[in-house]
This record gives sequence, C-alpha cells and structure tokens, in this order.
Amino acid sequence: MLTFHLSALQVVIPLLAAPICVIFRHPRVSWFIALAVGVLCAANSVAILNQVRTSGEIIYALGGWAAPWGIEYRIDSANAFVLLIISFIYLIGIIYAREGTKLEIAVERRSWLYTAWILCFTGLSGITISGDVFNVFVFLEISSLSTYVLISFGKDKRCLTAALRYLIMGTIAATFYLIGIGFLYALTGTLNMADLAQRLPELSSQNTVAVAFGFIVMGLAIKMALFPLHAWLPNAYTYAPNAVTAFLSGTATKAAVYVFIRLVLVIFPDDYFSGLTSTHAIVLAVGIVGAVVTSAIAIFQDNLKRLFAWSSIGQVGYIAVGIGLASSAGIAASFLHLFNHALMKTAIFMAIGGLFVVTGSTTTAALKNAGRRMPWTMAAILIGGLSLIGVPFTTGFISKWYLVSASLEQNYWWLAGLILLGSLVTAAYVWKLVELAYFRQDPNEEIVRQEAPLSMLIPTWILVIANIYFGINAQFTGSSATLAANAILGISP
Amino acid sequence: MTDVTLLQLYCLSAPLVAVILIHTVGRVYPTLYETINAVVAVLTFVLVLYLYNGMNQAPVDSLVLFEPFPGVAIALKAEPLGLLFALMASFLWIVTSIYSYGYMRGHGEINLARFYTFFAIAISSAIGVALSANGFTLFLFYEALTLSTFPLVTHAGTEKAKRAGRIYLFLLLGTSVGMLLFALIWTWMITGTLDFREGGVFDSNVGQTTLNILLALYVFGIGKAALMPFHRWLPTAMVAPTPVSALLHAVAVVKAGVFAILKVCIYIFGIDLLQQLAVHRVLAYVAAFTIVATAVIALRKDNLKARLAYSTVGQLSYIVLGALVANAAGVIGGGMHMLMHGFGKITLFFGAGAILVATHKTEVSQMRGIGRRMPVTMTAFFIGCIAIIGAPPTGGMWSKWYLLLGTAHTSEWMLLTALVIGSLLSGAYLLPIVVRAFYLPEDNEQTTKVKEAPKTIVIAMIISASGCVILFFAPDFAFDLMDRIAGSE
Repeated sequence: MLTFHLSALQVVIPLLAAPICVIFRHPRVSWFIALAVGVLCAANSVAILNQVRTSGEIIYALGGWAAPWGIEYRIDSANAFVLLIISFIYLIGIIYAREGTKLEIAVERRSWLYTAWILCFTGLSGITISGDVFNVFVFLEISSLSTYVLISFGKDKRCLTAALRYLIMGTIAATFYLIGIGFLYALTGTLNMADLAQRLPELSSQNTVAVAFGFIVMGLAIKMALFPLHAWLPNAYTYAPNAVTAFLSGTATKAAVYVFIRLVLVIFPDDYFSGLTSTHAIVLAVGIVGAVVTSAIAIFQDNLKRLFAWSSIGQVGYIAVGIGLASSAGIAASFLHLFNHALMKTAIFMAIGGLFVVTGSTTTAALKNAGRRMPWTMAAILIGGLSLIGVPFTTGFISKWYLVSASLEQNYWWLAGLILLGSLVTAAYVWKLVELAYFRQDPNEEIVRQEAPLSMLIPTWILVIANIYFGINAQFTGSSATLAANAILGISP
Repeated sequence: MTDVTLLQLYCLSAPLVAVILIHTVGRVYPTLYETINAVVAVLTFVLVLYLYNGMNQAPVDSLVLFEPFPGVAIALKAEPLGLLFALMASFLWIVTSIYSYGYMRGHGEINLARFYTFFAIAISSAIGVALSANGFTLFLFYEALTLSTFPLVTHAGTEKAKRAGRIYLFLLLGTSVGMLLFALIWTWMITGTLDFREGGVFDSNVGQTTLNILLALYVFGIGKAALMPFHRWLPTAMVAPTPVSALLHAVAVVKAGVFAILKVCIYIFGIDLLQQLAVHRVLAYVAAFTIVATAVIALRKDNLKARLAYSTVGQLSYIVLGALVANAAGVIGGGMHMLMHGFGKITLFFGAGAILVATHKTEVSQMRGIGRRMPVTMTAFFIGCIAIIGAPPTGGMWSKWYLLLGTAHTSEWMLLTALVIGSLLSGAYLLPIVVRAFYLPEDNEQTTKVKEAPKTIVIAMIISASGCVILFFAPDFAFDLMDRIAGSE
C-alpha cells in the first residue's frame, strides 16, 4: 500500500514537516525534523529508483484524479535519477548544516532556516517528479521563494540585495515560464506533460507554440543559470550562508536543468528553426562559450565562493552542451554531469564552509598555507578542483569522457577541442588555489594547525570519497545516465 | 585467477607500501625513510622479476581492476616492452633510494616524508603505465604520474620552483588533456576499443586523413616524450632535487612518455599501418630535428643539470625516431635505448648531484679539476657519458646500433645524418666535462685532497655505472624482450 504512494510521499513528507518545524521553534528539534525528512526522502528516492528500474515508469494520479484533468506524477529513469541526487545532497547538506550554520545564523532564527530549507527541498522534489506543467510551476515557485529566504539568512548584509536580485530575476523567469505554459494551455487545453507531447506535434506550425517555446526556454534558462542569463548566481552563492550555498549548488540548478531537458527535448516537437539558429545549436553554442568564458572569469576572483559560483555556471554550460547535442550520448553525458557536478561542487562548498569556521573568511587569502593548517579541508577542495578539471580517477574525468565522445560521435571536432580547452582553463584557477594553499610564501611564518570541525569534515569527505568512487567505478552512474537519456528520447522508460 | 595474473596488481601496489610505512614507522623513526624506500624498492623489483619469469613461461592474462563504464576497463597486462620498462624502473629505484640517503641528508633537504611519499606514488604510477593493458589505463596512470611528480618538482617551495611547476603542469597537462585524451576518445569512438593489440586496432576502413591526424595527436600529445616544441617542461623540471631529476626525469617520467609512444605505434597503429601513413615521416623529421637542436642547445648550457636535461630531450627523440621509422630494427633500438639511456643518464644525474653536494658547484665551467677531488664519482660519470654517446664498452652501443640500422632501412639519409650528428654532438657536450675534471687544474689550487661525495651516493653511482658496462656484455634479456615484440610484426 505504502509503495503505491511513494511518489506522493516524496513531496508530502517534507511539506508536512515544514510547518511542524515552525511549531517547534527549538533549533535542535528543527534540525532533527529536517534530518528525518532527509533520511526518509533519501530512502524513498532509492525505493522509487528501484521501482522504476523493475516495473517501468511510475504514473501516479494525485488524489486519485486521473489525467489530463488531475495532476499526475510521472517518474521514469530520468527524473528518478535526478530525484536521487537531490534527495541525497539534501540529506548530506542537513547533516553538515548542524555545525555549518552555527557561525552565520543566530540560534533563534535557525528553525526558520530549516523550515525554509525543507520547503525548498519540497519544491525541488516536486519539480523533479511532477508530470504536469502547471504543477511544476507551483513547485518552482515554492522552491524559488524558499531559496530567496535561505539566501537572505547570510551574515553579510549584501545577501539581502543578492536575494532581491535573485527574486526579481527568478520571478521574471517563473513568469515567462507561466506565460509559456499559459499559451500551451490555451492552444491544447491540457497541462499534462504526456498529453502535451502528444498534441503539440500537430499544432507545431502555429506561431503560438513557437512563442510559448521561446518563453519557456528563456524562463528555464534563467533558472538554470545558463550563460548569459546567469547574473543572479554569483552573488546569490557568495552571500548565502555556506551550508545553503553547498545545498543550492548541488540541487537548484540541477532541478531546473531537468525541467529544461524535459520540456525542450520531450514535450516540444522536433527542433524549432533549423540549421545554425536551431534551438539545439544555440543551446550548444551558449553552453560551450559559457563554459570557457566563465571558467576564465573564475580565475580572477578573490572570493572563493564567488570563484566556485562562476565555476558552477561553467559546468552548467557543459551540461547544456550535452543537451544541445540532443543525442543519446549527449543527453547521457548531461545527466551524468548533473550527478557528478553535484558531488564535486557540494563538497567544495562544504569545505569552504569549514575554512570559514576556522579562519572567518572565504577569500582566497584565507587559503594561505591551508595545506598545512587544515590538510583535510584543503584536500577536499583539491580533489574537488581536480574533479572539475577532469583528472582521471575522479568523476569529472568520466563526465568529460562522455561529453567528448558525444561530441565526436557527431563529428564536432571543434567542440571536443573546446571542451578540453575548458578543462585547461579550469586547471588555471584550481592551480592558483593549490599554489596558495601548499606553497609557503614566507618561510618564517608560523603555521598553526587547526582543522575544521569533524561534523563538517565528515559530510564533506563522504562526498569526496563518493567522487573518487564514482570516478573509478562509474557503472551505476553511467548506466543510470544512459537509461535517463533513453527515457528522454522515448526509447525506453 | 592464477598467481601470475594477480602478481601484476602486487607489482603495481608494492610501492604504495612505502607510503604506508613512511607515515607509520617513519613518524617514529624519520631517519629510516630511505631504508623503507630501499626495502620496498627491492620488494618491488623482486615482484617484477617474478612477473617477468611468469611471463616468460606463459602469456599473462589481463587483470581487470575496474570497469568505469561499459567498454572501458582499467586493466593490467604484462607484455615484453612493459616488463622491460618495469624492470628498469624498479631496479633503478633501488639504486636511487641508496643515492637519496646521501643526497637528501647531505644537501639538508626538508619535508622528506612528503618527498618520499610522492616518489613512491610516482613509481607506482610508472609501473601502472608499464603494465597497462589498454590506452585508457595508460592515460590514467600517465596523468597520475604527472600529478604525483608535481610536488617533487616543486619540492623546494621557492618562487622559482612554483613557476617551474606551472610550466611543468601546463605543458604536460595541456598536451595530455588537449591532444592525447582527444586522440584516445577519438580512437575509442572509431574502433570501440582501446586495447593494445598486436597489429593495431584500426580496421582497414578508417580513412587515411583520420589516421594521420590521430598519429600526430598521439605523438605530440604524449608530452612526456619531450618532442619539440613541447619539451620545455624537462629543463624546467631540473629545479627539483637531484634524485627526482635522476630517477624520474631520466628514467621514469620520460621513459613513460617514450614507452607510451612505442605502445601506441606498435599496438594501436601497428608497424605496418605506420609505414603507410604520410605523417609518420614528418614526425620522424620532427624527432630528428629535436635530436640535433637539443644537442646544439646542450653545447651552450653551462649549468650541468640543464645540459643533461637537453641531452635527455635529444636522447628521447632517438627512441621516438626508432618508433617512427616503422620497422623492426627501429623498434628494437627504441626499446633498448629506453634501457641503456636510463642507466646512462641516471649515472650522469647522480654525478651532477654528487658534485652539488660535495662542492656546491652547478656550472660546468666551475668543475675544473674535480676529477682529482672526486675520482670515483667522475669515473662513473665518464662511463655514463660513454653510454649516452653510444660507444663500447657500454650497453648504449647496442641501442645506437639498432637505431642506426632501423633508420638506414628507411633510406632517408637525412634522418641517418641527424642520428650521427646527434651522437657526435653528445660527445662534444659530455666529454669536455670529464676532460675538464681530470686534466685541468683546479680553480683554487689548495690541496687536491680526495673528498668524495657521501658514501651512499658513490655506491649508487658505482652500481649504475657498472650497470652500463654489464649491459654491454649481457644485453640478451632485453634483446629477447624486444625481439618478441618486433618479431610479432
């Protein structure tokens, strides 16, 4: 009986937990509720993945009301995989947050933090599993609004303007998306994704569909921080509390990417406009340019969080390249990188949080001699950085391999070359940090060893070890990504 | 799974035992670092010998360690060329450990735990390269080698070391990620496999243009072979302590590079296919140019390690040329030279370090009359010079012979000339050092008392120099290994 409602539970559990969190205003209790949600939902997501693998697509009608009038949750290999990522990053984020938020967020506000956090997770999970475009909008707004709140918990007062900026851009994005699906509804009379996918091909000649497509793509592109619509991300990541940044970096853009893939590649009929101006081509071009340019911008950043925020935008660019290739290999590469990047980035931001706890700052200067002062924290950043570059034995290498293979499959030599160039540019900013941390500037300087707290190091290192593990044995991630791509392309559920 | 198959894994992981020991036993007894190193090196060499033995009795099965994603595996497979490399690297590691004791302590180096840790990891990576069963595994361990040697190159931690480290990484990572990885993925996409196969992996239906571009990408992408214009990392890496320059940049790292080129030429392309590709002649000329150009540059270098570095670059191109002339003699010569040059160059670098520790001199112009002060060192140095020049009674003669033979087969007289000029010039930049040392009077003529470098340094030099001579009289095992590869063509 319970297994039937798994998909609904994924959203219902956090949704119910959030107000309970508010009722009990005690910080420890709130944290515990958030943790319980994490454990339950992570287990749930594994069960869902299992179910999808064994019995195929899960189609769940909310409240028993059948589609296309009722709201439907549809989970196939693609979103089961994304759900897994989001749930586990949430769980590890919460484990980390216990110690990780102590310095930045006052005790009396922590229950609000966890409430917003749980709500954000609700929204992200809902986005991932919903099979109804308007339902996606609702969850999108839930997650966005709670994200704005989460960001505004930061210690630096600039977090408020960052949150406001994100609010404005995010609302514009969501509104565009809403306009888009509004047009679609007017045209087809349905909001169900599967139904739309069936009805739209006949209507594709109408201008309305093209306009709707344009609005939706723009809206989602802003949400996923696709270059050049990324302006909200650097400040948002920089000024949010460290634990929040870690969580967001591993989940927020991922859910948006998933919706983007689902809408652009599944629901809408074949590519709009052909040749060089086709959507796929534009996404690909924008992706690769973004990947290289933002990596270059990252080299010049002084604040570590901002540096890795730009890095994140670049990595989203790589994912966009995979989407633009629109082949089974390309989409698989995107999904794979979704997973791998979540591992890399969250670990790095968690380590930066650790650095903050010890030194009180997140500037690159705080990394001076970090190799000796806090070897474990620095090693986490190092391995994350090596993964971003795409060094073998890390997940980043597997991502790069898949992506380059996908490019070569379509004979885009220049693209493969640019992807590898991006790796080298990434190496530049990672190496800047390595030199700061491991090379002693002043030989007489005294170095006091002080490591980040263990309760912060452990979640960080769980992710780092996962990074290395999935870099050596990518069977699970590779096959999941391929299955996800097949689900998107309609080859198999 | 037979013992021999598993033995491959043991050979790979044996050096890592040193890492564990350094951080456990070494914490308590820091003076034991080199002893730990030497013991583990002996262990590694013994294991490699067993593997060599096993391989001689029956072909060794491939051992799959992991399969990251379908179709691509991290796998080990012992084969003759790989064993030759592994034997050389592990034996010379023993000698270097002995040398390191005298050098690192004599030179007052610090951070020894870190040094020896990364040294061991680097050796393990080199063995990984040697035993790799396919291009993917080779690439993995090749990159691991680059990264593990970075802390060794920048060991001094000075501004100069940092800058050197940047150039080192930029060139090695740039070539490997930008070109070698590209070529590997492309190969995989065309053929569906990266396994090293006799006769190559390419079907007859792959276009000539594609193959030509691929070969160029491979040869230039394997930056560790220091083919011009991607050779600058090698002289820059001389900022490292001498044991690093000796073992890694004369034996392990650079040999991993030329080994990779040999593997690619023999097992991914196949000698026959190579002959058909137009670009192989162009690349052969690039190698020939490198030989001559670096020899000329070496002539003008006063810093001894710089001179030896450029010499190494040139000698590596000998091996690359041997691979690229695409015939059996060239391949045999290339493989043999891997061995002979390793012994010879390591002796020379040992000598440079010995001189540095004993007299604090780095420039050749300062080294007048050193021979009287350090007779054993300079005699060993002399033998090393002969090995590099390729004259009897050192093993270098055999490798040079086969390389000349292989080049002569191509009827490209310019290549042959380049080889000969290279050999003559190597005499020109090496022998004067020895002549200076023995025949010229010393600068400050106080007393030419014999004051050798620390004992372990001298012992190490004697061993490696003897190796050069022994290999003249007993090169058969190496010939046998190389014949098996070349003969299968």
